[in-house]
Amino acid sequence: MHLAYPVVLAALLFSIGVYGVLARRNSVLVLMSVELMLNAVNLNLVAFDAWLRDSLHAGQALTLFTITLAAAEIGLGLAIVLLVFRTRGTADVDRVTALGDRAAEIPAQAGPAPDAVSKGQAL
Amino acid sequence: MTSSLLLAAGSLAPASRGFLSPTGVEIVFVLVGLAVLGAALLTVTTKQLVHAALWLVVALGGLAVEFLLLTAEFVAWVQVLIYLGSVVVLVLFGLMLTKAPIGRSPDADSGNRWVALGVALATAATLVTLVVDAFRTSWIDLGSGGGSTAAVGASLFRYWVLPFEALSVLLLAALVGAVVISRNGKGGTAAPRAGKLRTPRPATRPATRPSTRPSTRQER
Repeated sequence: MHLAYPVVLAALLFSIGVYGVLARRNSVLVLMSVELMLNAVNLNLVAFDAWLRDSLHAGQALTLFTITLAAAEIGLGLAIVLLVFRTRGTADVDRVTALGDRAAEIPAQAGPAPDAVSKGQAL
Repeated sequence: MTSSLLLAAGSLAPASRGFLSPTGVEIVFVLVGLAVLGAALLTVTTKQLVHAALWLVVALGGLAVEFLLLTAEFVAWVQVLIYLGSVVVLVLFGLMLTKAPIGRSPDADSGNRWVALGVALATAATLVTLVVDAFRTSWIDLGSGGGSTAAVGASLFRYWVLPFEALSVLLLAALVGAVVISRNGKGGTAAPRAGKLRTPRPATRPATRPSTRPSTRQER
């Protein structure tokens, strides 16, 4: 098999994950896009393991480690998202702006989010 | 090292040697890869949040098939077990517990989606040109048994035992951390607050949410 096929597929999948991370609003969907990016890396690792014929199987062992790390990451990430939802009432990443720099946020005028922050601080 | 050099030298000529020819594997790989890419695109672009999780199942399952085609069968089954079995279920639970709206939600994408599209296209163009230029003359010699459970298990428990054990400790730490984060500090106050926070249409009318949020903050 030509090595370009899995590598190009992994690159395209990574780019789709980048788009999802940057464009999605719900934080659970952002976590799903992160999973896509991690899977692109896994495909690269498996392809290079099959290409190099590594006697230690470093690529596949590292793939297993990455899958385990992704499971731990999604568990912790969803716990944090649920905590944010419980305290803030929303899971949208562009509404959780309480720690944002207000001087940098006011020129950005990103719709109702700075309005919500100012109302919350006025009360 | 020498065997890999020999393989790299010998595999420059793409001679078909197996019973299933390499072009057949390539055709299957490309078809499944197109399915994976389509499912991933639908995952990041669909307006229905639960459908995004279900398309993620298709994408990850297709990647398991790609792992099988790359003779990494143990990784493929681990992918099926962990990703399709637990990660997607966790994501669906997360969508359910954050009260994701059923049906189409028009504001699933944030305002910077065109910037995100530009960044993603630039990343794709850069990476694809780079890897195609770098690996234009590289061929994978797909032998059998390269990623079988016996081979991967032997190398995992012979050479990679210490990272394996460290990873188990990390999983324990992540488990404890998730329990601590999601545990209620003061028990009993969560249920009425969660009921009061439910807005009638959380995603379709974002203008009503700033009016509800300070009221809950007042009552607290």
